[in-house]
Amino acid sequence: MAEITLIEGLRQAMDEELARDESVFIVGEDVGPRGGVFRATQGLYEKYGPERIVDAPLAELSIVGIGIGAALYGMHPICEIQFADFIHPAFNQIVSEAARLCYRSGGEWTVPLVIRAPYGGGIGGGLYHSQSVEAFYAHVPGLKVVIPSNPYDAKGLLKSAVRDPDPVMFFEPKKGYRLIRGEVPEGEEILVPIGPARVSRPGTDLSVFAYGMMHQYCWEAAERVAQEGIDAEVVDLRTLKPVDKQAVLGSVAKTGKALIVYEDNLTGGYGAEIAAILAEEAFTQLDAPVRRLAGPDIPAVPYSHPLQDWFMPNPDKIVAAIRDLAAY
Amino acid sequence: MELTEQLQVELNRENLLEMYWLMLLSRRLDERAWVLHRQGKIAFHISAIGHEAAQIGAIFAIRRGQDWLLPYYRDLTMVLAMGLTPREFMLGLMGRQGEPSSGARQMPSHWSLKRAKVVSHSSPVATQTPHASGIGFAIKLRGDDAVVLTTIGEGSTSQGEWYEAVNWAAIHKLPVIFMIENNIYAISVRQDRQMAVPRVADKALGLGLPGVTVDGLDAIEVHRVVSEAVARARGGDGPTIVEATVHRMTPHSSDDDDRTYRPRAEMEALKAQDPLDLFRSRLMGEGLLTEKAEAEINERAKAEVEEAVAYATQAPYPDVSEATYPVFSGDRHHG
Amino acid sequence: MATQVIMPQLGESVVEGTVTKWLKRVHERIAEFEPLVEINTDKVDTEVPSPASGTVLQLLVAEGETVRAGTVLALIGEPGDELGESSAAVGSDGEFAASAAPTVESKGLPQPGAAAPRPMAHAAVPQPEVGFISPVVARIAAEHGVDLTQVSGTGQGGRITKKDVLTHLEGKQSAPPWEEPASGELFRPTEEVFGEFKPAAAAPGVKIQPLDPVRARIAEHMVRSRHTSPHVTTVMEADLGRVLAHRAANRPAFERDGVNLTLSAYFVAASVEALKQVPIVNSSWSDQGIVLHPQVNLGVAVSLGEKGLIVPVVKNADQLSLLALARSVNDLSERARNRKLEPDEVQGGTFTLTNHGVSGSLLAMPIINQPQCAILGVGALQKRVVVIEAPGPGGDPSDSLAVRPMVYLTLTFDHRIIDGAIADHFLAVVVQRLQTWA
Repeated sequence: MAEITLIEGLRQAMDEELARDESVFIVGEDVGPRGGVFRATQGLYEKYGPERIVDAPLAELSIVGIGIGAALYGMHPICEIQFADFIHPAFNQIVSEAARLCYRSGGEWTVPLVIRAPYGGGIGGGLYHSQSVEAFYAHVPGLKVVIPSNPYDAKGLLKSAVRDPDPVMFFEPKKGYRLIRGEVPEGEEILVPIGPARVSRPGTDLSVFAYGMMHQYCWEAAERVAQEGIDAEVVDLRTLKPVDKQAVLGSVAKTGKALIVYEDNLTGGYGAEIAAILAEEAFTQLDAPVRRLAGPDIPAVPYSHPLQDWFMPNPDKIVAAIRDLAAY
Repeated sequence: MELTEQLQVELNRENLLEMYWLMLLSRRLDERAWVLHRQGKIAFHISAIGHEAAQIGAIFAIRRGQDWLLPYYRDLTMVLAMGLTPREFMLGLMGRQGEPSSGARQMPSHWSLKRAKVVSHSSPVATQTPHASGIGFAIKLRGDDAVVLTTIGEGSTSQGEWYEAVNWAAIHKLPVIFMIENNIYAISVRQDRQMAVPRVADKALGLGLPGVTVDGLDAIEVHRVVSEAVARARGGDGPTIVEATVHRMTPHSSDDDDRTYRPRAEMEALKAQDPLDLFRSRLMGEGLLTEKAEAEINERAKAEVEEAVAYATQAPYPDVSEATYPVFSGDRHHG
Repeated sequence: MATQVIMPQLGESVVEGTVTKWLKRVHERIAEFEPLVEINTDKVDTEVPSPASGTVLQLLVAEGETVRAGTVLALIGEPGDELGESSAAVGSDGEFAASAAPTVESKGLPQPGAAAPRPMAHAAVPQPEVGFISPVVARIAAEHGVDLTQVSGTGQGGRITKKDVLTHLEGKQSAPPWEEPASGELFRPTEEVFGEFKPAAAAPGVKIQPLDPVRARIAEHMVRSRHTSPHVTTVMEADLGRVLAHRAANRPAFERDGVNLTLSAYFVAASVEALKQVPIVNSSWSDQGIVLHPQVNLGVAVSLGEKGLIVPVVKNADQLSLLALARSVNDLSERARNRKLEPDEVQGGTFTLTNHGVSGSLLAMPIINQPQCAILGVGALQKRVVVIEAPGPGGDPSDSLAVRPMVYLTLTFDHRIIDGAIADHFLAVVVQRLQTWA
């Protein structure tokens, strides 16, 4: 079994799906000969040609809008938004169109479409190359929202997303693109279903919920506190919409305590939804207040290193939050 | 502009009479919709009155059922020509079960008719234009010979979505006809507050495709111009902007009162240029239509309207369970 | 059956329209689609075409009148037609009527916005000595009948954690796995425990008396007050012998001044005296702290019989003599009964007196008039046999029985603001003042 990076998992997924199904094509900025600014589509232009690996004009809403049109015709486009920070011009196309076409046509028109976007901070990207945008889309019925945390899931979830009959928002933790490595079997069809969460580290004292890069940090933090006798369970949510409620409730039924870690701004972030689920459906299982550790409520991640470090949740901050909750 | 001769759809006598019939049917349905609204029987109507000739001319230039249409809310005549029945239109107006555009989920005149390749559109304007280019892109990728006709009002060409979509089609020479039904008013705002160019078709210059302006009161002239654009599209020569100048002979919608911004004299003057009257006179002048035949057609249209209203009035509302699906494509109705 | 002409909803956000001009009169003939009436709304001015041919039977809305969309404006038909229900908005024959939202059978679907019903756990009321009890600890304790005062806490500040209660249980018995869904009485839906709630109207012969605004306001206020303040009531009795003697002696003098000297005036005066001595009672709760009011505005509850209850306020009562207080109380009560009070005369009270004894009640626990701190209830004056303690010769007690005019006084107070000792002190001042009146 080969150890690969998260971005290599994504590249393999796209390569395999392009080979499998002629209706699959990729459209985005610099995805062609350049292979994407993060190199996610490296080598695909050479293999599949300019008609299937399409360099788009520098205009995000049309990347999505063209994708929707092609999907209506029966294609399976993968739209790459270069940074999640630049997805906002396409908000109308995603929310008013992709998410609603099926409902508003009584199921006559469907949109099999994947929108990939690298998100998250900690890479010196400043205000406009660091944003987390998942909460906007997790709010919208008609969209599925997926965030992988490791190479295996990145490959398996992206392949499932391409085969999904509905629009899937696929947000990728760009800090983890090359930082997170893992073993992925070769020569094997890997399909990770959209929906189920995964307990990545079983524990009994408290539950830590996270996704993407924060899942990696939470896992590291849990390993550290284990040496102090705190047995934290780590749950990788993987799919934010539809959320795996049973996994969330089941973990807290066991531990009685919950910490949710996300790098988006605290208020109205995705952790609020997990907290609400626990408050509504696990009240009599709770042995402590539900806690959130997230980015502060300032407009975005600042550029300068000390400022960025102050913003970002990291293993040290997560360790402190776990200790605090364990002691409650 | 070179035309491949066999691609040009010629209009014969039968076509012309069908065009007149559809324009008339559209007008009578439209008028009844206003009355139903003022009687409190429906919640909303948005009108095609004054646009019928442009719409019918354009739709007879495509292969109905094979080519794709991405209309906007004012295209009643077009979707009737694509096969929407008067009953179906009335079901939509009254929000009744089984209405084909959206199962009565959307407001009236938000068209969709998959059986005729009419694609669902929403209320935020110009959102359908990128879809038209995307469909054009897929047609090109697949090597199919369909073309895409998409329509829009002149005010909506101010949207970034419209520019981005036309830009795409021009770059990739996609088989798309971007038709603008220019009635000068975007609700209350006149064209000179929407754009600095005198003709919407002039925008084509900045985007690298041909732009043509045509008298939208003349169905036959619109048919000729759109047929040329269709031939270009099908022949691999790329998209065209077609601007058809029309008149909006009603307020923007049933929610609007145009007396607050539109001089009455201007409205009065429009009556002399009613595209339905112009087309009728033309057909009579050519000897294709007699007074007697016209009276018969009119009676038939009225009868169809009455029948459709009666049918829709007694049709059931959707069951509330229909509000719950389909959020995703797998969500079919069970029962 | 006549055809109804309704006010259309002219626009997505428009809820009403004004009839500007009727174009036809009653008894005039009208054809279908012929204009009948001109209407004006926020968005659109238009004519309404007649929905039917016939005779105008009734015009139900006058020119200039504004009505909600869906209101019947007129009836068209043939003379002698049944007119039908004309007052309500239509909707029965499928016409769009904005204000008459169709009632639809939901067929077991979850209603939008409604949370799925689920059993509610009644968490054990935390005892002060056990500290904060988390929901899961409360649940486990309830299921297993654990006395939490017997569990030692290891959590923050000695809190009993889930682990603590589980460890406690293990030491006592082999507990069933706690993950099992709760099945105790406390965790059953209330309707299972108490039976389904049925509105009273479901029973035959039961009538619903509509709420008048006063009743509705009293109900709202009472419920809010009970939810707002932790109510505690303390009771004392007072011997009114001195007060009655004073009243008998001074009544003629007061009458010369045009004032009927009532007992209420004494209770008001005694309350004012106590509020001066114990000013913390003349206050209101706020999250920032206790608001101490600089003047005493004393409310006196006045019964309006079936029409409810009102509390006019004697403003600046601490500045008034007994005469002025008596005059003010009489005047306010009189005008309250005649519905002649000004709005500001029932506002701004800092303390309330309720004389429930006037209808024979000996003892009552009144509800605090928010946002005040306390309310004094005065029971019925009653001659009772009481023990009079007096030092006898040589210092020995020489108790005797006497028949005295007695009242019970109840002080209900907000336990957030004051505690029992302060409340008792206050009430003792009232009693003292009444019993030593001179």
